[in-house]
Amino acid sequence: MVFLTRKIEFSASHLYHNPNLSAEENRRIFGKCNNPHGHGHNYTLEVTVAGEPDPVTGMVLDLKELKEILEREVMQRMDHRHLNYEVPELAGQIPTCENIAQVIWRLLEPKITQGKLHRVRLYESPYLFADCYRNGASGAGN
Amino acid sequence: MKNDALYVELGRRYRFAASHRLHTSQLTEAENDRVFGKCNNPYGHGHNYVLEVSLSGKVDPATGMIANLGDLDAFVERHVLEEFDHHSLNEDVAAFREKVPTTENLCIEIYRRLQKFPHAKLERVRIQETGNNSFEYAGNREGHHS
Repeated sequence: MVFLTRKIEFSASHLYHNPNLSAEENRRIFGKCNNPHGHGHNYTLEVTVAGEPDPVTGMVLDLKELKEILEREVMQRMDHRHLNYEVPELAGQIPTCENIAQVIWRLLEPKITQGKLHRVRLYESPYLFADCYRNGASGAGN
Repeated sequence: MKNDALYVELGRRYRFAASHRLHTSQLTEAENDRVFGKCNNPYGHGHNYVLEVSLSGKVDPATGMIANLGDLDAFVERHVLEEFDHHSLNEDVAAFREKVPTTENLCIEIYRRLQKFPHAKLERVRIQETGNNSFEYAGNREGHHS
């Protein structure tokens, strides 16, 4: 099994606010991230696909194809967007790394037909990220 | 949650700067010098360490989070950074009075401390000693990820 990772970057704004909580609770739980006008990040997304290299092409999947999938599913949806208002898949959810990574997983998984999606890692900054897996991190190692 | 639930981990990185000296009283001076080389320099030396903490747990639908970052940051600050940052690991951290403060042992010590974090499950700690060396510890089990 070989693991292949492609990285892309996108910029987006968001804010954390749960309408079921009071203004005070929102402020306490989310702190600065609750600022009503939102704020933004440069996100870095690493997508890892696992598989056996094709004996003819030597590839797990064609990187060009992965690049196009990421462009279509992630960049066009999220780059230079407000994640709370412009990404329907995130509607009603707090757009944390944990939730965005899961949304990205669900967008990509059905599109990756060669190899298997192994991990989605989304960095909000170099100091904060979430990893998403289908079967737990302790599956086939990378 | 639907039964197609995904497994999610939260990763948080912290930085601290600390000095250490690799030396053990169980070896002779000459052996210490041979085993640890430059790291055995009697006055020690330092690194800018990067500590990566990975947690797993249910993503709370009310907050979208595995653990509140404020809680995690405060816990790591109190249990690790306060004691380690801008300190000598050999002189200022009791665990390293006897044990050599290699980054392997540092991983194990920090894992032990952070295991007590009450709001999520600690999966592993990973420490970069420099941009070229990193170490991971996930408790007494096999299988790790980075």
